Amino acid sequence: MYRYDEFDQQAVDERVAQFRGQVGRRLKGELTEDQFKPLRLMNGLYLQLHAYMLRVAIPYGTLSPRQMRMLAHVARKYDKGYGHFTTRQNIQYNWPRLVDTPDILADLATVEMHGIQTSGNCIRNVTSDPFSGVAAGEVEDPRPWCEIIRQWSSFHPEFSYLPRKFKIAVTGSEHDRAAIKLHDIGIRVVRNAAGETGFEFWIGGGMGRTPIIAKKIRDFVPKADLLDYATACLRVYNELGRRDNIYKARIKILVHEMGLEKYSALVDEEFARSQGTVKLPDAEIARIQAYFAPPAYETLPATSTAFEARRFEDKGFRTFVRTNVHAHKVPGYAIVSVSLKAPGVAPGDASADQMDAVADIAERYSLDELRVTHEQNLVLPNVKLDDLYTVWKQLSAAGLGSANIGLISDIICCPGLDYCDLANARSIPIADELQQRFADLERQYAIGSLKIKMSGCINACGHHHVGHIGILGVDKHGKELYQLQLGGSGAEDASIGQITGAGFPPERIVGAVETVIETYLSLRHGDAETFLDCYRRVGLAPFKAALYEAR
Amino acid sequence: MKVLTANRLDDGAVVYIGKAAPWVEDLASALVAVDVGAEGQLTETAATAVKARLVVGAYLMPVTVEDGRILPASVRERIRAAGPSNRPDLGKQAPAPALPR
Repeated sequence: MYRYDEFDQQAVDERVAQFRGQVGRRLKGELTEDQFKPLRLMNGLYLQLHAYMLRVAIPYGTLSPRQMRMLAHVARKYDKGYGHFTTRQNIQYNWPRLVDTPDILADLATVEMHGIQTSGNCIRNVTSDPFSGVAAGEVEDPRPWCEIIRQWSSFHPEFSYLPRKFKIAVTGSEHDRAAIKLHDIGIRVVRNAAGETGFEFWIGGGMGRTPIIAKKIRDFVPKADLLDYATACLRVYNELGRRDNIYKARIKILVHEMGLEKYSALVDEEFARSQGTVKLPDAEIARIQAYFAPPAYETLPATSTAFEARRFEDKGFRTFVRTNVHAHKVPGYAIVSVSLKAPGVAPGDASADQMDAVADIAERYSLDELRVTHEQNLVLPNVKLDDLYTVWKQLSAAGLGSANIGLISDIICCPGLDYCDLANARSIPIADELQQRFADLERQYAIGSLKIKMSGCINACGHHHVGHIGILGVDKHGKELYQLQLGGSGAEDASIGQITGAGFPPERIVGAVETVIETYLSLRHGDAETFLDCYRRVGLAPFKAALYEAR
Repeated sequence: MKVLTANRLDDGAVVYIGKAAPWVEDLASALVAVDVGAEGQLTETAATAVKARLVVGAYLMPVTVEDGRILPASVRERIRAAGPSNRPDLGKQAPAPALPR
């Protein structure tokens, strides 16, 4: 993992001291709320329905156990004993007091954490594949490139007041677990015909009010040009992106309205002019990459007799392995997904005790590393096959043993109107009811791979546009109403879901989802045809008919 | 009918202009404005409190009164008055901690 150098630490420590002064001046009346608000937002501090909310950055979703324990400490000491892992691989605390936030940020700074780049019209905290560095078949670990982007983008003077927020995601795999095509810039590490690795650039993707799949702007950007090319993309946007209308200010609108060809020509022009300005020296690339050198893996056989025996004997463990354990690039190891989607718990929520438990497990069994996923789960990236059974037992003891990754109950869900100031409708109670309705694990397996994603407003923090089944909560004449969308995907085959028709009241939306599922089960070509494949084959019509004709 | 609500500056808690006290946490103790004149008074009181750094984000919210109970008109305000609907243990709806014996 990357470790702060003296400059990183100094910058974060100075920011804490500045914020302490700003909070003091606000409380003394030397700053009005209008003056203070942009300052607190630059440190991730929002004001929500019930209280302030502090968003803490987890750059590219990578955490050490020490950092996770600090997150638990903050939850326990300053909040109400839990935190919420978000679809941006960050964590949010829902109840901090303004007067405590300088101390919270000071505590976080001791483990190289902060709330910088979690709000405002800057380049936001960079996100990545939660399986980075360990996925079987990966071209290259994207995290060094994420870290380079983090260092370049933090406090970037030219890009601190963009027309609107700007999100960059990087993956090193063909299979996209970072939703790169739904980002302002999506980057995929690729290998060219000469065997060199570089970057495929995607531009202008995003969800929100106007969902757009990113367009490929370059097949191959050499490594040394990463920041120069990104700068060119941002510079054109910064100059031409709309600042008169917040709903049209994202780069996706600029690229869409201008057309990729014209936008791309301007980027090329700027790139030709400025290439070499922030050219990455090989020595610096090597220095950053050294932080992400593979940990000390043992040489192990590709299979484990103990693991196979446990899997044979214990049905619960077998179930867990089926959904939550994934292929690792090193023989004898596995990647373990830790579901934060237990029944009755808001998706993404974890208690301080659970954070401590998973930190202990990571320290002992996962070579000191943890990841956060944009699907609001955690990952233990380096577990020996021999240790899997013990890890599962310990996770289960902490209430983290849910074997539902990728199934219908592994729902992405924003905080919605239960917490969020922007929301129009609740999402957590609908997720809870869906989990109850589909609680039977055998039924979940029978349904197969299925991603439900739900947002409580058009801003789409819950990624409803790219859910296989997407649910959007709206306010209609003061009442909550839920629109249903089908056929979205945030993966490499990205697509935007289609709205089925009129929305459903809270008491009918779960039944509507069940109708969609039953329709799928009646239409699919055998168990192997997933919901998404089936939907793409048959289209919206049979689902629409099932949903509305009986009305 | 309207009640004036805001968030307290130092901790963000949801508060209302009260009948007996300037700012109360419990909606049941809030002062209900029944006409434009009363609403204007609440707005003035709130503006003073914003200046005095007691609260932020003050606004009037519609309510109804049924059997003496003040009920917010919107789902949003019902949730603000109670707490997250998925966590009855949190927010104003949370049971009061047991008194030490």
